[in-house]
Amino acid sequence: MPSVTVLVHLGLVLAVFVLLLLASAAMVYAERKVAALIQQREGPNRVGPLGLLQPFADVIKLMFKEELRPGGADAVLFLLAPVISATAAFAAFAVVPFGGETTVFGLLEQPLKLQVADVNVAVLVVFAITSMSVYGIVLAGWSSNSKYSLLGGLRSASQMISYELPYGLALASVLVLANSLSLTTIVDAQAGYWFGFVPRWFVFLQPVGFLIFMIAGVAETNRAPFDFPEAEQELVAGYHTEYSSMAFAMFFLAEYINMVTVSAVATDLFLGGWHGPFLPASLGWIWFLIKTSALLFFYIWMRWTLPRYRYDQLMQFGWKFLLPLAVLNLLVTAAGVIFLGL
Amino acid sequence: MVSLNHYLALSAILFAIGTTGVFLRRNMITVLLSIEIMLNAANLMLVAFGRHFGAVDGQIIVFFVVTVAAAEAAVGLAIVIALFRLRESLDPDAFTSLKW
Amino acid sequence: MGFDLPLFYLFAAVAVAASLLVIGQRSPIYSVMLLIASFVALAGLYVLLDAPFVAVIQIIIYAGAILVLFLFVVMLLNAPKESGGPWQRLAAGPRRLGAALGAVFAVELVWALWRVAALREPVAPAGMLPAEAIEPVRSIGQVLYTDYAFAFEVTSLLILVAMVGAVVLAKRHV
Repeated sequence: MPSVTVLVHLGLVLAVFVLLLLASAAMVYAERKVAALIQQREGPNRVGPLGLLQPFADVIKLMFKEELRPGGADAVLFLLAPVISATAAFAAFAVVPFGGETTVFGLLEQPLKLQVADVNVAVLVVFAITSMSVYGIVLAGWSSNSKYSLLGGLRSASQMISYELPYGLALASVLVLANSLSLTTIVDAQAGYWFGFVPRWFVFLQPVGFLIFMIAGVAETNRAPFDFPEAEQELVAGYHTEYSSMAFAMFFLAEYINMVTVSAVATDLFLGGWHGPFLPASLGWIWFLIKTSALLFFYIWMRWTLPRYRYDQLMQFGWKFLLPLAVLNLLVTAAGVIFLGL
Repeated sequence: MVSLNHYLALSAILFAIGTTGVFLRRNMITVLLSIEIMLNAANLMLVAFGRHFGAVDGQIIVFFVVTVAAAEAAVGLAIVIALFRLRESLDPDAFTSLKW
Repeated sequence: MGFDLPLFYLFAAVAVAASLLVIGQRSPIYSVMLLIASFVALAGLYVLLDAPFVAVIQIIIYAGAILVLFLFVVMLLNAPKESGGPWQRLAAGPRRLGAALGAVFAVELVWALWRVAALREPVAPAGMLPAEAIEPVRSIGQVLYTDYAFAFEVTSLLILVAMVGAVVLAKRHV
């Protein structure tokens, strides 16, 4: 006889799943609308008011397309690759807290933490699961049995692995400041204000770390200006050239959810999570939503503004500039904590 | 309840599987994968004993074993690549020029 | 919670089945993917043993980096060949004999370990949660950088040597 707590937690899992799907749909719409406005045109405006139902039209179109598979493709791996991508994308969000404790307007006796699993090594779990998403891409590239796909897949995989290092070191700098690996504790360390009005966010103590984290995050999710592996102009479409219909949709779902996860983790680590003025802690998820949306807007803005990096420039930037900078940042942070007692 | 014996038995079975793989497979990459299975069996035993005695040393030694396994996999695969360039084959029996 | 034993058997079954398939597969790519499954099952076992840090390290380093390296090498070496070539096997007779001897070895090891009575205690003495499980990374860090500091420094040297060695060995001599 499952207790109320178990049911509430299952409800939370379901709610997070549905919210991620809706977020991905919202990202599809936002990307097209913002891209249009940056390019001085209107964007989707036919389906529903202001084109708001466009993502649903896209999904329905993709569902009705024919599911193709190249003749020489390895059937098992061809179908496994988008599954791995999508699974890793959803799973990474399981340990990300997106709000303070809430009693859902007094319906529950015990406050519910808005986090699917409060693990005390949450930061490492996010890192581990995003490092598993490399497999989806590299398997997609290889199993399609086509030269564009293979090249795109291998390039993408090496890019993701290379940028995991500055990503991890920027994370480590925050861990030195917060003294814990649990995302809830890190967010709670950012509550309060200095001098009464400057919030205690880690971005003010770690500006370089924040920049490194966001740059590495953009490279990890294969977004412009680091999207050479799926560059439409150079490689047809890179690792997902041979995919159509729902498998293609899964890859795009995975990409948008990875973006949401990176933005959510950056909000928790650097921007104070759900703490903000004027709202009680149980409504903190509104602030979380606002901050994450701001970061996602930056993601889209960068894609349609900056030109793409060439592959060797991309790798050089990651290994020869970003990685030493991240190491230096970690050393300076550690020195600051020891000598200044931050 | 899960006793230490359960973990040791599992570790022994995995080790035996890895050993069988090393001796039976004629493909150098699969041999390296079997070595990784053996290393993991040893890691499992270390963590189980560490938990049994309440010491964190088991986990630390596992940390070092994983690092050594990473280094060994990197160098091993580099050797496999160099050998493949020489003979276009991944079969260990293709490299018998030192046999007398 | 009574979930420990079923979870142990689940993870153990996945690990053993995946490992058996790894050594039996014809295609190295399937072997690598099955080994990933085995490693993830082992990470689950580490979580059951109250070692979440080791579990995450297993996934990040073993499943997320070492096996990606294996996958790259398999893909790059596979490219020129179409059939036969890289994955030959022994004839059926030696293969079956080898499998039988492997099974005998497994039974022998398990029997040797099962006889020791002292090992039949529960691996997690009931009710006693060690301090390590509550703050795993802190306790590991404190011991790692004091008692094992020398080994830590030597490991960094080892990784440097491995990096240089791998680049030198695999370099294409033009």
